[in-house]
Amino acid sequence: MSAKVEYVLRFGDNSLILGQRLAEWLGHAPVLEEDIASANISLDLIGQARLWLTLAGRIEGKGRDEDRLAYHREQQDFRNFTLLELPNGDYAYTVVRRFLFDAWHCLALDALSGSHDTDIAAIAAKSRKEAEYHRLHSGDWLVRLGDGTGESHARTQAALELQWRYTAEFFDSDAVDAEMAESGAGFAAASLRDEWLEEVTTVLAEATLKVPAAAKFVSHGKRGRHSEHLSRLLAEMQVLQRTHPGAKW
Amino acid sequence: MYTQSMDTDPETRNPVAKVSAVGRPEEQRFQATVDAEGKIEPRDWMPEAYRKTLLRQISQHAHSEIIGMFPEGNWISRAPSLKRKAILIAKVQDEAGHGLYLYSAAETLGQSRDEMMAALHSGRAKYSSIFNYPTLTWADVGMIGWLVDGAAIMNQIPLCRCSYGPYARAMIRVCKEESFHQRQGFDIMLSLSKGTADQKAMAQESLDRWWWPVLAMFGPPDADSVHSGQSAQWKIKRVSNDELRQKFIDATVPQAELLGLRIPDEKLKWNTQTGHYDFGPIDWDDFWRVVNGEGPCNKERLAARVKAYEEGQWVRDAAMAYAVKRKARQHKEAA
Ligand SMILES: [Fe+2]
Ligand SMILES: [Fe+2]
Repeated sequence: MSAKVEYVLRFGDNSLILGQRLAEWLGHAPVLEEDIASANISLDLIGQARLWLTLAGRIEGKGRDEDRLAYHREQQDFRNFTLLELPNGDYAYTVVRRFLFDAWHCLALDALSGSHDTDIAAIAAKSRKEAEYHRLHSGDWLVRLGDGTGESHARTQAALELQWRYTAEFFDSDAVDAEMAESGAGFAAASLRDEWLEEVTTVLAEATLKVPAAAKFVSHGKRGRHSEHLSRLLAEMQVLQRTHPGAKW
Repeated sequence: MYTQSMDTDPETRNPVAKVSAVGRPEEQRFQATVDAEGKIEPRDWMPEAYRKTLLRQISQHAHSEIIGMFPEGNWISRAPSLKRKAILIAKVQDEAGHGLYLYSAAETLGQSRDEMMAALHSGRAKYSSIFNYPTLTWADVGMIGWLVDGAAIMNQIPLCRCSYGPYARAMIRVCKEESFHQRQGFDIMLSLSKGTADQKAMAQESLDRWWWPVLAMFGPPDADSVHSGQSAQWKIKRVSNDELRQKFIDATVPQAELLGLRIPDEKLKWNTQTGHYDFGPIDWDDFWRVVNGEGPCNKERLAARVKAYEEGQWVRDAAMAYAVKRKARQHKEAA
């Protein structure tokens, strides 16, 4: 698989897996307005995933469309960050995950909007507008929960401690990143770290939350080494396509 | 998604206090506005029984939208293509939106969303019983769109002309979205009907389960609906249960034929004399069993709603506490 296909799949899978997780809140959110917001954001993410996966299939040139890629790959072939596949947990956990990712996503899409590859640049530019709204939404909630009640503060800090260690992966460069940055079609993964950390630190301060200590652990979902949770998520997501091979829906 | 005939509420199955033809001046003015197809607005005088009837109907409708998110939400994670997944998320999101406008419309009659939700959670308030049936296969998602939303449209189009302004306006908005829901449901059925033998069987099996409960959704036969006369006079309910049911059957039978599906009713037959389909007897015992809490999913649906609400309490508390703090800070800055 070419570096470009791998790279595009990373973006597609990030949106797909987070979109899938977020949709689980629909009907179960803490307040009706949040059912609607979760659906909205999930819908944006699924829409982005469709564009990225379609592009990945086209570049690959083996006739795989969005559904072939979403429904007929094994867990080790998925390229999303590990953070995004973890189960939703409570609302604080969901909000923290979203914020950490959304802040990265905005920066990443900014960088990709200047990609030398016009297809990549176009999808990035379109997704960027949506990501901005997502970041505002998760950022607002992070502040509300962090600076809300004693209970909400404690839950949010705990969620942050649990998830912080998965963010190292955002900035961990590998051969695919290097090749894409080199060609001008992508960006160097590590290049976003300072800006991301600054932005996240500012919002965490407003939320009266403490930035957790850096961990030595680095997850490698984007290289296809996932947590135990992804295969279960996929088993559910892919069930109809797998049990009815060749059927159209 | 749907409001079931309000006649199912046992405490109000008896006629509401009669409105005397010669009442007080405000009563006469009220009835004159209604008779002239005018709209009653929240600040206008209205009979207490009118307010109560509407409040019950609108809140029951709102609850139906909210509970209605569960059976379809059950399949979002397993939707068989990304396009279907996106459409289903958008649809369930619409239902949440319908709940929101309907709660707002009901609030104009003097009850808060929290009070209405408390009534739902305690089991005092009803919602459409159709959502107490399970969604066992992907075809059930198509079936809910095609038949349940289809029935909702039949029922709700006359409500766009309801005498109570906020409700009528909410229904106009809701009805537009319901037709998209119905089309997406039919489209799912169409794909299944053109699909593999397994998909066709899935579609038929689903219709076999849903057909009768959907017909019952229109509410008890007119002969048993003592309440309808009053609601008609107030122009809240404008078309009777039986008329709506017949209209629905007449519209749906040709669609089922197009899909190559067999409607599970031996007695279903076109009647050239009446220009309508004749159909077999509805099992009203089953209907009342489900209305009264003994359906397959009543307990689960309510428990899921209560769980979401209780687990969300700390989140709502946090949002409230933060809003208070923020206001205090802004105050301080302004001072
Ligand atoms: Fe609907
Ligand atoms: Fe609806």
